[in-house]
Amino acid sequence: MHSFGYRANALLTFSLTILALMCAMASVSDNLNSQSPTATVQVLNVNRFQKKSNGDDEVGITLDISADLQSLFTWNTKQVFVFLAAEYSTPKNSLNQVSLWDGIIPAKEDAKFSIKTKNKYRFIDQGSNLRGRDFNLSLHWHVMPKTGKMFADKLVLSGYRLPESYR
Amino acid sequence: MDWQGQKVAEQLMQIMLVVFAIGAFITGYFMGSFQLMLFIYAGGVVLTTLITIPNWPFFNRHPLQWLDPSEIEKHPKPQATGPISKKQPAKKQ
Repeated sequence: MHSFGYRANALLTFSLTILALMCAMASVSDNLNSQSPTATVQVLNVNRFQKKSNGDDEVGITLDISADLQSLFTWNTKQVFVFLAAEYSTPKNSLNQVSLWDGIIPAKEDAKFSIKTKNKYRFIDQGSNLRGRDFNLSLHWHVMPKTGKMFADKLVLSGYRLPESYR
Repeated sequence: MDWQGQKVAEQLMQIMLVVFAIGAFITGYFMGSFQLMLFIYAGGVVLTTLITIPNWPFFNRHPLQWLDPSEIEKHPKPQATGPISKKQPAKKQ
């Protein structure tokens, strides 16, 4: 009954049960972290603003994104996925979201960044609603933990406006 | 491994794993390193394996005291008698 195999089995199951408990506790400990991320985004230039041949509006812009997301990192954070979305409302749809840029932050040291970039993904409206349109730029992030629950939140930056005419 | 040794091995295994787990979690949390927690715990599991799984002489300090063979001669096994005595207990009910 109390053989070599029995003891090995008991140790294996008990140690793995405890390991699962430790991982659960690590996930719970993430809630103790107080987050205070900051971000500013500037639209440096509207490079182009056209109606495409199929009637959709397309904008090309240059963005200056600077953010400090270091407070999102805990000992249980694997990486943070962050993306910048343009959000605006049109008569047809109350909320339109277009992802303009994204990035993966692998470590806390990289979480304070400032980059100047053109929009990585095309800013196209399904229609021609972009002229003179007010829009928000919101920075969304997903905190991916090593174990446990994934957190997601966003920072909404408002007060941007597209030009009145194509160029 | 004798009876005492089995009890000691089982308790030792549980206590060592729990102590290493608590130590690893606290160290990992305050050092801010998940990896460190895993390494300390893995070390604890290996150590516990080496201590409690092999049949060390330490676990065999209380051998079972078997009866002396001469006792059997003094108290021989009751011999089964005829079929009548076997039936009697069943009839009583």
